[in-house]
Amino acid sequence: MEVFFINLIAATFRVSTPILLAAIGETFTERAGILNLGIEGIMFFGAFVGFFAADLSGSLWFGLFLAVISGVLSGLLMGLFSVSLGVNQHVSGLGITVLLTGLSLFGFRLQYGGRSTPPSIEPFQQINPFANIPILSTITQQYLLTYITFLVIVPLAGWILYRTRYGLHIRAVGDNPEAVDAAGVNVYAIRYSTLAIGGGLIAAGGAFLSLAQLGAFSHGIVSGRGWVAIAIVIFGNWIPLKVMFGALIFGGTYALQLRLQAMGLKLPIPYETFLALPYVVTIIALVVAGRNASYPAALLKPYRRE
Amino acid sequence: MNVVEMNAITKYFGEMVANDHVDFDLRKGEIHALLGENGAGKTTLMRILYGLYKQDSGGVQINGKAVQINSPKDSIANNIGMVTQHFALVPPMTVAENVILGHTNRFVLDYDAAESSVADAARKYGLDINPRAMVRHLSVGQRQRVEILKALYRNSRVLILDEPTAVLIPQEVDVLFETLRKLVDDGLSVVFISHKLDEVTNITNRITILRDGKSIGTVDTCDMSHNQLAALMIRQASFHVNNKIAEIKKSRSLLNIKSLSALDDQGLPALRDINLTVHTGEILGIAGVSGNGQKQLAETLCGVRNCTEGEIKLDGITLNGKTAGEFTTSGMGRIPEDRLEGVVGELTVQENLALEHLYQFSNKGFLNHKAIQKHANELIVQYQIKARPGDRIRTLSGGNVQKVLLARVLSTQPKIVIAPQPTRGLDVGAADYVRQQLLEQRNRGAGVILISEDLDEILALSDRIAVMYEGKIVGVLDASEANPERLGLLMSGAVKEM
Repeated sequence: MEVFFINLIAATFRVSTPILLAAIGETFTERAGILNLGIEGIMFFGAFVGFFAADLSGSLWFGLFLAVISGVLSGLLMGLFSVSLGVNQHVSGLGITVLLTGLSLFGFRLQYGGRSTPPSIEPFQQINPFANIPILSTITQQYLLTYITFLVIVPLAGWILYRTRYGLHIRAVGDNPEAVDAAGVNVYAIRYSTLAIGGGLIAAGGAFLSLAQLGAFSHGIVSGRGWVAIAIVIFGNWIPLKVMFGALIFGGTYALQLRLQAMGLKLPIPYETFLALPYVVTIIALVVAGRNASYPAALLKPYRRE
Repeated sequence: MNVVEMNAITKYFGEMVANDHVDFDLRKGEIHALLGENGAGKTTLMRILYGLYKQDSGGVQINGKAVQINSPKDSIANNIGMVTQHFALVPPMTVAENVILGHTNRFVLDYDAAESSVADAARKYGLDINPRAMVRHLSVGQRQRVEILKALYRNSRVLILDEPTAVLIPQEVDVLFETLRKLVDDGLSVVFISHKLDEVTNITNRITILRDGKSIGTVDTCDMSHNQLAALMIRQASFHVNNKIAEIKKSRSLLNIKSLSALDDQGLPALRDINLTVHTGEILGIAGVSGNGQKQLAETLCGVRNCTEGEIKLDGITLNGKTAGEFTTSGMGRIPEDRLEGVVGELTVQENLALEHLYQFSNKGFLNHKAIQKHANELIVQYQIKARPGDRIRTLSGGNVQKVLLARVLSTQPKIVIAPQPTRGLDVGAADYVRQQLLEQRNRGAGVILISEDLDEILALSDRIAVMYEGKIVGVLDASEANPERLGLLMSGAVKEM
């Protein structure tokens, strides 16, 4: 039983990483007033570009780098529609998801279409700074990217949002862009920059799936994690540290259901039902926490100086 | 020397001219009022100076030098600060964060230093504000002080205040005026946008009067009386309405409003202890500078805004507490103030005409399209609507939309017709048509409440005239004894005639 829980904790961090990356990225854009529904497509695109580039170049880090670049560009495309042209954010976000999903699958077919076995690469290796401490070492056996996400990106995101001038501008733009404009700060530049940062983080989350967790790319690789990340951002009240707890709740339930499936319990319900568990938990958490959510007041509103 | 000089500023919004070759100058150390009715172009002119709008022609000089102001960044660099009517504050952030927003050179913020420098500035200018307080917890008056502090913190030497007293209670107004006097003693110059005569004469040195986007002139405050200012400020258009007095069937009282009070959307008192009576076969005009509670009065009288106190009695039936639908079925008919809020642009003319009484045209939830169309065809002829029943409302001109609304309300033969600003934005022909329809309603025996900022319209149509000021009725005159000067004085709040 003890082994079960220690393994579960270790798996929780692994499974949470991609969602947390995407959720932190989305936190940035939503804090500036943009709901980026392109998140699911950008994750998928990042997973594909990362896999493709790593496969061609033989370098996983180059794959990750190109994935982040593709995410930045996707974020800027979202900016073109939702910031410059003032298109409805739901429409432009969903459009980007549809576009990038199609583009990734098309590219995958072109490159790997005729193969009988699905292509794969050698994924990132896990590291372990505490390899010789008994119980702890099972938990600290993680990908470098997981360490970076939890120990660098989350604190850094909080620091930027709450301790820097740039963060002050982001929070203000998401709540009252008129005030920011009247203060002589460029609203569009702030919104574009958060979309670029957010897109890069979201794509990195997707690339984590193909380059670390799986070493492969497939049709269902993201399977709704982008949408879950949006729910987690609301659950976390747009505060990076709380968003991290949200991601851990989802990751923990996901890791748990994987184990429940594998245990072969004799239950009157089909074991696939467990697949729904993390999503159900997310919905419940959202309903409980979402009632007190303090949305950025300017979320979904294009800014125009009349 | 003039701190600010604006020459021949012209600004169009689409076809409409908001500023028409307006000249304006501001001297060092003065409080200069921009006086005019709503829509006269005061705010537009100052938004141009602050860089929120770009003028179509005309130039701006600051301290004698011609400057280009393309955004607030440029005006802030020229030491101009503006407190807009809707505060440019971020409610979930602290006072200090709001003040330093856009005005800090440090990438990493030092909150302690920021808070103490904001506190220093607040003390220096005598503005009582806690820099750590969250803006959303502050009262309106305190928020205004934060806005002024923001401008001063950015070294503004010119301070523009857009209707600063509109949201304040009298005591807060006194504090504000004290602050402003202190600031001009320090050598600042203040532009004070207002339509309230007593405040303008109380605090300013000079006054520039705008009317319909044009500057009427600049005068020294001490030379002018309320009377003269009111006459300058209020538009004197002329128009023609056929036969004002048909024969008035001597009337009985129809609508009784007793000590009615209501709040506005911000929860501030909008109507205070209003007593009015409307008789059958009369038009009661309600005059007043806009924003003095007329909108809320119209909304309360048709049941879409709840009153906090008082009684509305129509033909002996108490209406307050009932739903808007029950107001309508009891005989209250309102022509919506905002035309586009009263119709659904994507629906057709016939659908909009049937919208408020769908129960007449439906059976078990299914619409009877033939009846709807027949009804629409009749009304289109009767009210001279230039459209087909199947046209979408959004393709119609403003005048025709207004006719659709008139047709919808008047075809039910309401006992009381409430018409807030019924001719605003209409061309002369359409406006005359609307006025004629109101007169016909009166002649049919209905009571008409005409709310208008257009004094000539009020004078030409009304049988009696009530004047609103700050949510109160400050006077009720018979049409025969009313004239623009007398009404202007009442509208300015300078006198009362009960």
